[in-house]
Amino acid sequence: MALLEIENLTVEFGGGSNPFRAVEEVSYTLEKGEVLGIVGESGSGKSVSSLAVMGLVSFPGKVTASRMAFDGVDLQTLSPRQRRKLTGSDVAMIFQEPMTSLNPCFTVGYQITEALKIHQGGTRAERKARAVDLLGQVGIPDPASRLGTFPHQLSGGMSQRVMIAMAIACDPRLLVADEPTTALDVTIQAQIMDLLLTLQRERGMAMLLITHDLAVVAEAAHRVVVMYAGQVVESGSVPAIFDHPRHPYTKALLAALPERAIGAERLNTIPGVVPGAHDRPKGCLLAPRCPHVQDRCRTERPPLEDGPDQSRVRCFYPLDPDGVPTA
Amino acid sequence: MISFVLRRALLVIPAFIGVTLLTFALVHLIPGDPVLMLAGERGISVERHAELMTQLGLDQPLWLQYATYLGNAIQGNLGKSIVTHRPVTEEFLTLFPATLELSFCAITFAILLGIPAGVLAAVKRGTILDHGVMVVSLTGYSMPIFWWGLLLIMLVSGILGWTPVSGRMDPTIWMDSVTGFMLIDSLLTKEPGAFSSAIRHLILPSLVVGTIPLAVIARMTRSAMLEVLGEDYVRTARAKGVSPLKVVMVHALRNALIPVITVIGLQTGVLLAGAILTETIFAWPGVGKWLVESIGRRDYPAVQGGILLIATVVILVNLLVDVLYGVVNPRIRYRR
Amino acid sequence: MTDPMSQATDTTSELVLSEEARIALEAESAHLAAPPHPLAEFWKYFSGNKGAVAGLAFIILIALVALLAPWIAPYSPFAQNVPEAKMPPAWVTGGTWSHLLGTDALGRDILTRIMFGARLSLMMGLVVVTISLILGVSLGLLAGFLRGWVDVVIMRLMDVILSVPSLLLAIAIVAILGPGLENAIYAIAVVVLPHYTRLTRAATLTEATKDYVTASRVAGASRFRLMVHVILPNCVAPLIVQATLGFSTAILDAASLGFLGLGAQPPQPEWGTMLSEAREFVLSHWWIVTFPGLAILTTVLAFNLMGDGLRDALDPRMKR
Repeated sequence: MALLEIENLTVEFGGGSNPFRAVEEVSYTLEKGEVLGIVGESGSGKSVSSLAVMGLVSFPGKVTASRMAFDGVDLQTLSPRQRRKLTGSDVAMIFQEPMTSLNPCFTVGYQITEALKIHQGGTRAERKARAVDLLGQVGIPDPASRLGTFPHQLSGGMSQRVMIAMAIACDPRLLVADEPTTALDVTIQAQIMDLLLTLQRERGMAMLLITHDLAVVAEAAHRVVVMYAGQVVESGSVPAIFDHPRHPYTKALLAALPERAIGAERLNTIPGVVPGAHDRPKGCLLAPRCPHVQDRCRTERPPLEDGPDQSRVRCFYPLDPDGVPTA
Repeated sequence: MISFVLRRALLVIPAFIGVTLLTFALVHLIPGDPVLMLAGERGISVERHAELMTQLGLDQPLWLQYATYLGNAIQGNLGKSIVTHRPVTEEFLTLFPATLELSFCAITFAILLGIPAGVLAAVKRGTILDHGVMVVSLTGYSMPIFWWGLLLIMLVSGILGWTPVSGRMDPTIWMDSVTGFMLIDSLLTKEPGAFSSAIRHLILPSLVVGTIPLAVIARMTRSAMLEVLGEDYVRTARAKGVSPLKVVMVHALRNALIPVITVIGLQTGVLLAGAILTETIFAWPGVGKWLVESIGRRDYPAVQGGILLIATVVILVNLLVDVLYGVVNPRIRYRR
Repeated sequence: MTDPMSQATDTTSELVLSEEARIALEAESAHLAAPPHPLAEFWKYFSGNKGAVAGLAFIILIALVALLAPWIAPYSPFAQNVPEAKMPPAWVTGGTWSHLLGTDALGRDILTRIMFGARLSLMMGLVVVTISLILGVSLGLLAGFLRGWVDVVIMRLMDVILSVPSLLLAIAIVAILGPGLENAIYAIAVVVLPHYTRLTRAATLTEATKDYVTASRVAGASRFRLMVHVILPNCVAPLIVQATLGFSTAILDAASLGFLGLGAQPPQPEWGTMLSEAREFVLSHWWIVTFPGLAILTTVLAFNLMGDGLRDALDPRMKR
């Protein structure tokens, strides 16, 4: 049984007759100890979908799903109190902006021990010892003396390490990492990514890695879900998708990687922008930007279809291994 | 922390000098001859006039007069009341505990009611409760408090007969003044019935003086809470499995209190202005009533000294608030 | 690592929550096809605020009453009629419909006096706001544009004014100038001056660094032209809000001074002065005390409601 099962997850904003669907019928599963990358541009709904998994979408967002289960437990039927028992202990999350994600009014020690106090109890001294241990594990030098520091005294990289220490405090089985390195300096990004992957491997922890960066996915993830405008457009194993992308959008994303543009005059880009609330196309959402667009694409929405090896693609004319649309 | 306090304390000096300049200028802007004014309608001989001018130092250059005034003010010497012939500082200090007691009760009432109301409105944003809090607080903010005081006397004292109409203590109870604060004195002297009488006398005036601060605090708490509840660290707390109540009361409120404390500090001026209006209505023997009466009696040394002393209190309380602000908000403490 | 998808503008570092908010906003504006005219958009936000519209309606009503008082008021505000003194309102036993809100201690019709009081209060508000707006904006522009010692002198002066509680300062000024309606206006205008000055200065400082100001300077615009024609229009929105709220402060302060005997003098029908005269009847004749105060409260509340609505509609940061 998969650790996390998500089926037809939809998140809507704005009520009334015409709500905006930030996330539309997203489905994926995550096995124990597996790293799943979720890739997309900003506005593709990748962050919102992960917040929905955490139960952190607040009013006026509305979350629906035909199944949303963690370790076989249906998250939708849990009471808020039972749900909170899972969040922060079995399922933990780290965010994009480490500098604003720590509460400026409390010490690092307080914020780490808080999760321990809620989920594991123990004495004050035990929690403190555990916090020092955690800070050491995430590579903060002289951890014992750091407990009393306030977040504004830390750099971005240090803050993210503290966030990671907080997240792994209760030995979660699933870590949701929402763009964990985007806001950091380039030199720090690799360190934090390494730290996350080391912790993931040592602890056999499953990880949902949300990023706009395919290079990170290639390096870290086993499988990948590509999202566009709130929908899943393609999913499958990392080697398969990187070698033979079947969706034109995935292909364009890969082509835009600077690593793949060595020797080229200029970097590849995808012309156009992700459709917003009022310019959503009637047909395929990528139709206005797709180089292989056909008439059918403009009038009809393609469904997400199963392919070989648990792969899925949302396209009427998926690309063959040579990158040519099939008829 | 100490250097932070010292640096902030130094800023008091220009404000104080500014206020002394203002009060000094006020008296020197009075049209007409101050000596003739002192003399009243009886008139005065030319010799006596010159003598008084020298005695009051009015024949000296303006900057020297100011320097003398400032020097005296720093030593607490603000001249004597024309009416009572007692030193202004002494009169002020005798009456100030009454005003302080009233202001303290008023702000306590405003904080104890305003912060919970603001938090509740923010958490229940958009509901009837939120709208209710906002309408009531805007009404309080728009309240002419002298009328509000009269209205309460009419309803609570007149029709319901629950509270006394004026003063600080039943006239039948006599009590030695120890600290000048009726609540404390009544407990110290153990005079029967004095404490409850002091409280009953305090209720209406405190409510009146506290109305505008209450409205301001509730509105500020609400908007600060709304802002803080959207912050990333609130989401982090929720992601840790912190209960909604603790998210609001610990993680959000602690941050929202920072602007609220500033606003509470700014209420000192509002409280003292409120005291001026309210003390007159409730015959409350404090500095506000004294100041209004001094104006009526054209007792300029008392008016000048009273304004300077009240302004000084405001400046000092603002200093205290800034220091407190540094304690609550660690980011300020360490800023160079 | 660069963002492969980034266009000219990189929005990927947007916070998740703001992304959420943006989506909600887009959903809200989804029904709008073309961007509406700024005035239409302003009205859309403003009229969505029921309190603000109610405030505006009440202000229009009060202004009409004030303008037409000599024609619509049933009596003269000064006409004494001792035999009919202290008559209760019409709906109370002993009241008559010829004095809807009753009469005061000298038999003057309370409704009439409140109508004429509206003239005084609105006039005082208007004059105070005009004086402080003109002075405050000029000082703020000078301070913000010239900087240097001009800035220091002006702003330190404003700091000193602000360090004294406003009513206390107004009382002090009136104590020196002598009680009266005109002097009360001057006193209040001085007291509220720092708000306009600070606002204009802050706006000037922000605007002065913007490219369009540099552009007009390069184009050879004079300092005066820059200040008045280029920068000022961009500070207008917050000034309108401040001026509206300034009305309520001025009316309230004027009434307070009147109540203390330092503002308009009897027998003028100023609301605060009326209350001052009515104090002794607080336990015996409720209507003499109640109605003038109610007039102050509702008028001040109306201006505050409208000011809040204007701020929300004009301040782009507040738009949600």
